[in-house]
Amino acid sequence: MTTDTASESAGDKIRCDACPVMCYIKPGAAGACDRYANQDGVLVRVDPHILLERTVSHGGRLVPFQASGDWDGKIVQQPDLFVTAIGAGTTYPDYKPAPFIVSSEVDGVDMVTVVTEGIFSYCGVKVKIDTDRFLGPETATVRVDGEAVGHVTTSEYGSQMLSLGGVHHLTGGSKKEGRVTCDALMDLSNRKPVELVIDGGATVVVQAGAPPIVNGVKEERMRVGCGSATIGMFAKQWQGKVDEVVVVDDHITGVLSEHQAGKLLDIPATGIKMKGRRSTPGRYFQVAQPGTGWGGTDISDPLAILGPFDPKTARPGTTILMVSTTGEHAGYYVLDEALRPVEQDMPPDLKFSVERIQENCEPALCTVLFMAGAGGSLRAGVTDNPVRLTRSVKDALTRVTSGGAPVYVWPGGGITFMVDVTQMPAGAFGYVPTPAIVAPIEFTLRLSDYAALGGHMDYVQPLGSLKDVSKDIRQLPWPVRSAG
Amino acid sequence: MRRPQIALLPDDRRLHLQDGPIDLIIGADGADGEIRAAYQAAVQRFTGLLDELCAELPELREAAAPDHCGLRGVVARRMYGAVAPYAADTFITPMAAVAGSVAEEILGAMRGAAKLARAYVNNGGDIALHLSDRARFSVGLMDRPDGTGVMRSITVRAEDTVRGVATSGRHGRSFSLGIADAVTVLARTASQADAAATIIANAVDLPGHPAVVRRPANELQPDSDLGHRLVTCEVGALSGDEVAEALAQGAARARQLLEGELIEGTVLQLCGEIRLICAKPLEINRPQQLQASAA
Repeated sequence: MTTDTASESAGDKIRCDACPVMCYIKPGAAGACDRYANQDGVLVRVDPHILLERTVSHGGRLVPFQASGDWDGKIVQQPDLFVTAIGAGTTYPDYKPAPFIVSSEVDGVDMVTVVTEGIFSYCGVKVKIDTDRFLGPETATVRVDGEAVGHVTTSEYGSQMLSLGGVHHLTGGSKKEGRVTCDALMDLSNRKPVELVIDGGATVVVQAGAPPIVNGVKEERMRVGCGSATIGMFAKQWQGKVDEVVVVDDHITGVLSEHQAGKLLDIPATGIKMKGRRSTPGRYFQVAQPGTGWGGTDISDPLAILGPFDPKTARPGTTILMVSTTGEHAGYYVLDEALRPVEQDMPPDLKFSVERIQENCEPALCTVLFMAGAGGSLRAGVTDNPVRLTRSVKDALTRVTSGGAPVYVWPGGGITFMVDVTQMPAGAFGYVPTPAIVAPIEFTLRLSDYAALGGHMDYVQPLGSLKDVSKDIRQLPWPVRSAG
Repeated sequence: MRRPQIALLPDDRRLHLQDGPIDLIIGADGADGEIRAAYQAAVQRFTGLLDELCAELPELREAAAPDHCGLRGVVARRMYGAVAPYAADTFITPMAAVAGSVAEEILGAMRGAAKLARAYVNNGGDIALHLSDRARFSVGLMDRPDGTGVMRSITVRAEDTVRGVATSGRHGRSFSLGIADAVTVLARTASQADAAATIIANAVDLPGHPAVVRRPANELQPDSDLGHRLVTCEVGALSGDEVAEALAQGAARARQLLEGELIEGTVLQLCGEIRLICAKPLEINRPQQLQASAA
């Protein structure tokens, strides 16, 4: 998109002077030409088609179209232009194709990309949020603007999964629920931030490719491992520098002197008493309630998870490091004469080990996978006999992409796929008021295979007839190879 | 003079002209020299045409009077002529026929400059046709412009009286007062087809139905010629009987137009249901036949 024509505003409307029609355009709407639109008060050019070019360098170079030569097994002839479905056809808000086409020539066409923007009622997003903080109980409802849009699903390594959207929220609830769900799915898929409120849990701002913001605090790092794993990884570095280490973790809190790793290093018992439920030696569950404090627990004072030290074993002067699984929280304590831990300045050696934990934590991100099923009607837009398209995809004769990005097609019936939205061009998703999400989907296959599966041969157009090349030419995120 | 965009499509045969909201795809069959002359004439006539129309834009956006035309431009007067038959009993502005009228004007310029076997000017789906001798055109038809439906085609022959094709419906670029997915009209001229498609698409309707969401046109597009009139934004689930009822309303209006010799035939589409209204059978090819003819 470019801003390449002057405009004057009239209130929130823009008067476009790209042509003598001089349309007044409201925010979010396009002018009579559908070429210029008002985006947040700025007149922008809306290009009808986005073509992806597979080149290493992508300056301003435009490669001439080409649709000739013998089939050499490549999906697209050199120079490897790949037509995405973005803007290919939709009811709103993008370019609308003429419903009528005077039948055009099919000469010289050797491959087919059936380019369509699917309208998906059966769709949603799977969100992975890298955090140890407690976001909410499993199956808790996730809300946007008070409307249920999905639920909390499993906790995975260093992350919490959410499942949002799906047909029940889109069409099964109230009208507002459907609309809010649709908006949330579209925004998440278009890589915009969305604030999610979890029943009995946290408020989290999720944006694909960006760190999550949990209760107003930006998450910096993924944890290096659970508390027990952290003990295992760093036990040797702590040996001789500190008597006891507790790695605080809502899932599994680790205690060095009791842990298998500590035993192997002959680290003596310290008389420490942990709260919570002991799983195996040096590994404790439920030391506190889940929350957004230390290591995904609700505590802000780590001593809260310790009971009194055992006077039979404990010695005054015993040193203790308490640290969270990301190294974000840490404290150094020394037992006084009454065997009570007293916080003191952390020795440089231990500071270094805490920094090492931090260093080994990957940046925390939110990732959003869009998931949808191509239904009968969408497949009918591609072929007369929809099930043959399914079979063709399963047989790997047809490659499925979404906005040019690779997809994972689920085994089993139908064409149900998942795609990482950060691999797709910006603004790839739209919606219709049904409500449903409009997402690009491309099926790429040999022309002969297309004919064999009952393709609409009369509507095949040479690649070269697609003239409007967007300036948004990007490198394909995947190598173009033979579909066969 | 502002120059429109002029380019041959990469097949080196079809001409693409664009200026503001007007977007024309033009094709012609005949001797090379004739095609060149025709394209030159098209470019010449197209240059400045938008300015001509915009000079009278406020008047073109007003309701047409049934018995009086104050417009001066030849295209503007053609627009008026196409909508005038409806002006006595309906709100309609000449803008309802703008696309077809422009297509017709450009085709007229081409025909005046060259001898062509066959030619078309496609203005975003509103198409003016030229057919001589035994020529014919195959016109593709989609159930809905979003391309998810099954496609058909209609054959138009030189011996038919049809020289204009137009489609209107709620998915198109302009607003519709009705709920039709698409109404395609075949008429003697493109301007007549354009106006009639609007009228019939508006008639395919279920007034007051709760599943149909309507909003004032000027809330969506501040300078819409439809002003505060309610245009269709959203159509929820309809029962089979309701679809049939809406199509029956449109079909009744279409029959009036057919009897008034304003159209040659029409295809109405709503929620996958189709109605054909025509005096003599239209040649509609189903997808199976399309595939066979392509093989």
